[in-house]
Amino acid sequence: MTGDPALESLYREVILDHYKNPRGHGVIEDADAEAEGQNPLCGDEVSVYVAFAADGETIDDVKFSGRGCAISQAATSMLMEMTKGRTAEQVASLDKEELLAEIGVPLTPVRLKCAMLGLTTLKVALHKAKGTPLPEGLAGFDDLELT
Amino acid sequence: MAVTAGTKLDARALRRDFPIFEQEMHGKPLAYLDSANSSQKPRQVLEAMDHFYETSYANVHRAVHLLGERATSALEHARERVRDLLNAPDVREIIFVRNATEALNLVAYSWGLNNLGPGDAVVVTELEHHSNFVPWQYIAGRQGAEFLMVPIDENGDPDVAALESIARGHTVKVVATNLVSNSLGTIHDLAPLVSWAHEQGAIFVCDAAQAAPHMKVDVQAIGADFVAVSGHKMCGPSGIGALWGRGELLQSMEPFLLGGHMISSVRVDKTTWGELPHKFEAGTSPIAEAVGLGAAVDYLEAAGLDAIEAYEHELAAYALGRLAEVPGITLYGPPADRRAGLVSFNLEGIHPHDVAQILDLQGVAIRAGHHCCQPLMQKLGVSATNRASFYLYTIPEEIDQLVEGLYAVRKVFA
Repeated sequence: MTGDPALESLYREVILDHYKNPRGHGVIEDADAEAEGQNPLCGDEVSVYVAFAADGETIDDVKFSGRGCAISQAATSMLMEMTKGRTAEQVASLDKEELLAEIGVPLTPVRLKCAMLGLTTLKVALHKAKGTPLPEGLAGFDDLELT
Repeated sequence: MAVTAGTKLDARALRRDFPIFEQEMHGKPLAYLDSANSSQKPRQVLEAMDHFYETSYANVHRAVHLLGERATSALEHARERVRDLLNAPDVREIIFVRNATEALNLVAYSWGLNNLGPGDAVVVTELEHHSNFVPWQYIAGRQGAEFLMVPIDENGDPDVAALESIARGHTVKVVATNLVSNSLGTIHDLAPLVSWAHEQGAIFVCDAAQAAPHMKVDVQAIGADFVAVSGHKMCGPSGIGALWGRGELLQSMEPFLLGGHMISSVRVDKTTWGELPHKFEAGTSPIAEAVGLGAAVDYLEAAGLDAIEAYEHELAAYALGRLAEVPGITLYGPPADRRAGLVSFNLEGIHPHDVAQILDLQGVAIRAGHHCCQPLMQKLGVSATNRASFYLYTIPEEIDQLVEGLYAVRKVFA
């Protein structure tokens, strides 16, 4: 690394590891729930796909595709690990602080948007499929003509 | 450091006029390479605004008292300074607005809503800032007119030869382009586009927001019908910009914003509009901001716009040379002699947000994002780029600091 403590705390090893080897990266064909989100600040896009277990509530598999910065990609990768096995309801009420704790580095307001892109998109996907509550602050979503 | 040799512009001396550089960022010297986004302000501009507030502030154009008279005369003096900067024929053709975005919206709404309809077309380039793209796309759509795009090449030059085929079957009413691209830095030769526009009977709308800070913009030499500039990019305060338009066009147009000051008379059954420029300046103007813009024009003219342009070409050449050393870098845009002082680039495999964040920790401020040019980003096949941009206070050491910073970025992601 660089020997710069500020740098090393933001781009700590676990962030870079998730960025370089993202968990749950890919597409689920015929997903039960999916949504696409955009970060209007940088034009980054992420798509999230969910497959439910036989009970129709538990997330059996969750994947994401798209491009983004290390913070957004690492945060979404961590989110995939955190939400697999939880129910749609549980994920819809997942507090962003829980994800921020997992990321574990202080983020400026602009980078917070990067970090939250995956979670917001996942909540929109679940809302569309299951009618669970929408996430707070939906700016940047193009496909909000929800049915 | 051959960069400063032989130029008339003394960036090191000018830099001392800018108080912002008297501090460090994250414990490092500030390398402010984001002037295309917004420029820093010299003490002369800040003091002019302070002085105005302390001695001459009141509302303009209506107060009978002495302060009102002083304020009005300060505002009108600023208007004359902007007229002089742009070499506009008549000071009444200078409309104060918030920024170039508002200027372009003014034209799109006030001219477009009365002159565009089915069968008509608005032509822009793929290289437009959203401010000269979205208003036209919206107004054309609302009026049932077509919104057409001229493709650009890798240098950012529009494909002039394609104009005829693009426009075939439509009545072209508006051609709107920038003079200097905010994302690639390309300085355009507008002459072929202007003459083509006028052959079609179209108006030519020029977004000069990125040009006016860096080079002489002469509205008569360009031959445009409307020209938009932003104060905050040219050493002036935020919240003030200007639209120049041909008098006869401005006369024929409906107002954009309605309310106080812009009227001639208001009756219960009918309101008539004021004279130019007041017809387009509803409500209380950003008065002190206009005074600041006038002081910024003084500052730029004292430094010399030709000298600024020449110095920026040298900085661009120096930056392109130094950046090319960095492994994995992709540089976008034209050669240095055809670009204003900015360089867009990407580092292979590293997102611009991460590049900019790591640079920030080393005191280097750049822009990372789509630069309000998403159509261009789609063309380049990227979601975003990094952009380092320079101005009359930029010194080569800042570019060196950027290059060193990029090596640190590569180290983090190694």
